[in-house]
Amino acid sequence: MNKITNRNELLAAFEACKGKLALRCTNEHDINSTKKELLCCGGTGCHASNSPDLMQNLRDAIEKAGLSADVKVVQTGCFGFCAQGPIVKVMPDNVFYVQVTPEDAQEIVEKHIVGHQLVERLLYVEPMLKERIQDYAKMPFYAKQQRIALRNCGMINPEDITEYIAAEGYQGLAKALFDMDRAGVVQEVLNSGICGRGGAGFPTGMKWKIAASTQADEKYIVCNADEGDPGAFMDRSIMEGDPNSIIEAMAIGGYAIGAQHGLVYIRAEYPLAVHRLQTAINQAREMGLLGQNIMGTDFCFDIDIKLGAGAFVCGEETALIHSMEGMRGEPTTKPPFPANVGGGYWGCSTNVNNVETYASIPVIMTKGAKWYAKIGNWQPQLDENGNFVKTISGNAGTKVFALAGQINNVGLVEVPMGTTLREIIYDVGGGISGGREFKAVQTGGPSGGCITKENLDTPIDYGNLGKIGSMMGSGGMIVLSDKDCMPAMAKFYLGFTKDESCGKCTPCRIGTRRMLEMLEKICDGNGTEETLVELEKLANTIRDTALCGLGQTAPNPILSTLRYFKDEYIAHVVNKKCPAGTCQKLYTLRITDGCIGCTKCKRNCPVGAITGELKQQHTIDPNKCIKCGACIDGCPKKAIVKE
Amino acid sequence: MCCCTNLSEGAKAKFAELDAFIDGLGIVADDERRRGRLIQVLHKAQAIFGYLPREVQKHVADKLILTEAQVSGVVSFYNYFTTEPKGKYRVDVCLGTACYVKGSERVLQEIERVLGVKADTVPTADGLFSISALRCVGACGLAPVMVVNGKVYGKVTPAKAVEIINEYKAKG
Repeated sequence: MNKITNRNELLAAFEACKGKLALRCTNEHDINSTKKELLCCGGTGCHASNSPDLMQNLRDAIEKAGLSADVKVVQTGCFGFCAQGPIVKVMPDNVFYVQVTPEDAQEIVEKHIVGHQLVERLLYVEPMLKERIQDYAKMPFYAKQQRIALRNCGMINPEDITEYIAAEGYQGLAKALFDMDRAGVVQEVLNSGICGRGGAGFPTGMKWKIAASTQADEKYIVCNADEGDPGAFMDRSIMEGDPNSIIEAMAIGGYAIGAQHGLVYIRAEYPLAVHRLQTAINQAREMGLLGQNIMGTDFCFDIDIKLGAGAFVCGEETALIHSMEGMRGEPTTKPPFPANVGGGYWGCSTNVNNVETYASIPVIMTKGAKWYAKIGNWQPQLDENGNFVKTISGNAGTKVFALAGQINNVGLVEVPMGTTLREIIYDVGGGISGGREFKAVQTGGPSGGCITKENLDTPIDYGNLGKIGSMMGSGGMIVLSDKDCMPAMAKFYLGFTKDESCGKCTPCRIGTRRMLEMLEKICDGNGTEETLVELEKLANTIRDTALCGLGQTAPNPILSTLRYFKDEYIAHVVNKKCPAGTCQKLYTLRITDGCIGCTKCKRNCPVGAITGELKQQHTIDPNKCIKCGACIDGCPKKAIVKE
Repeated sequence: MCCCTNLSEGAKAKFAELDAFIDGLGIVADDERRRGRLIQVLHKAQAIFGYLPREVQKHVADKLILTEAQVSGVVSFYNYFTTEPKGKYRVDVCLGTACYVKGSERVLQEIERVLGVKADTVPTADGLFSISALRCVGACGLAPVMVVNGKVYGKVTPAKAVEIINEYKAKG
């Protein structure tokens, strides 16, 4: 590819490249087509499930069949359906194979590619209807989704910029540079109603407006890719699957606020994402889409990567900036805000946005703010010029959620704002795994709260989640069933925030530790009703007095579980029982008379706590038992109970 | 050089590799922004040495013209940096929320019991294994997850974890 030096060359590159995606952008089911592409997920999850071997086996089998000229294997980003990975999507047939192993490659090639027949056993089985579905658009998991930030994930090869260009990439930047002035770009983002997808939900356009109006020679645009919420992985997925969308959006942002430098602060725990992003940056530089005089204009912009080193608090923008400066990632009070002179990176005016926010920006530019604003749970009020009359509600567009926990369809889903939790969990998510009963969803990670059955029909948006005591956060959704203990969940989160407290302010440094100790007491059966009163009082104090978002929100998991699951706390402190059966100190294991004496538990027990003869009921010595549960996992008769 | 006397050939080569990396960054003594390179340099140093003992921290401080306290403050702040040597096989068990609700705590307890060392402390006496508790590798679809020297194992149970450990033990 030649360097792109003006807008026409970008259009020419698009025309030249768009054929690359021709087979992939079809709704046909052309199983008899001789030209085919096999799209394989190359995300972290599927990588771990041997997708590189699978791709190699597919390529080998295709070559052996003499079809290399017509049939290609393409490594794409994440399809989002992680529970069913590795996934192979055959195009233009629109056939979606799930849980494919390297050993299945031969059969796919022989039967499907050569024989033009479906490999039935690899099709997705819909758990409710028990039906095999070949077309991904018909799967409930995808049917309710509207993929904007994830538009290219699972579609293009993230390591080939020409495929991004073929997917109308860099057209948004071109539109900004050639058709709009800086203020126009800011207004467009403002009109779209998009709010920060990283957690706080501050209007992105407002942020850009403040940064753009700051008078400074040197400005920075930063991408916050320090995805710290354990259980959320949309940022990783976007960087691995569509890194160029981040680059394009940062360049648009750079143009809008007048910055020449971009920085991506990314977790070191995401080596694949770092690699893909660096590859994309290098390719963008080669094509002149980063660097001096982009597309022949006087706009110059380049991006560097800064590695994080594992600190949750660095998701807070002032802490992130300090970390990029090579210091401890401790937050500072605002103002000055990063956009102000003196508040940002090396004191320069700095704009920080999250990965998912950036990923939506190129589409907002190409399709327009009005198009984006109409998606979701709100009615924008516009004046005759199409600008906002009322303040931004923040509920426009789509949001990506990471579904995890006790749910069938673990994965990444992108739905319009205002979709109800019930739709997300039961339609998209396929319901609770193992036939269990739904108990709650934890949103917002360690800073959020839980949502219970009563609120399943609440339309999800920033405001509504706040009202029911939770928050949007970065979009992690941990689904909990009746076998999950809520005080233990609160203890888990407090263990996390205690470790991640930077130590700068006392309420957070000492308060999180004290709250954790109380929760440990409760879960060990040593708490009293007084402990609960003290816990709630301390939680409220910390919420009101901590310095930054991490400390202020650290009590949320406690306050929200106390609000909705007080009975479970009471059971722990009064009855000394854990209703869910997860708190190890509060139960013993017993073998019932359902035991057939198969000796399996005896052999599985790592500490020799089980005794009994063949074909006779076994017993567990409670003094030796470490409650590891290995016996329960192995028992064919489910004859071992927690009491 | 302060700390490079009385060093083995192997250690000298490691310091030389680190120096070559730092020299390539073009550090300017009176540029306050040189400090912005610190985390990048520490990542490189940990990749070379496996951990960040005091002499390495001191060396980095000298090369970047920072105080040892500044370097130590950063090393101790971030989870990714370790001042303890690691085993030949680094066993990381994910304790992110998705893995936690799928029972990763039990997996960790079992590995700790089998290897006889606690997470985030010292390696096993034979130097083969060290255990760390990790916060989310982003492979939540495979929860619970354990990682051995970068290789991700998904849907592990306590029993499966022990099998994996034994495989590495057999390799020695």
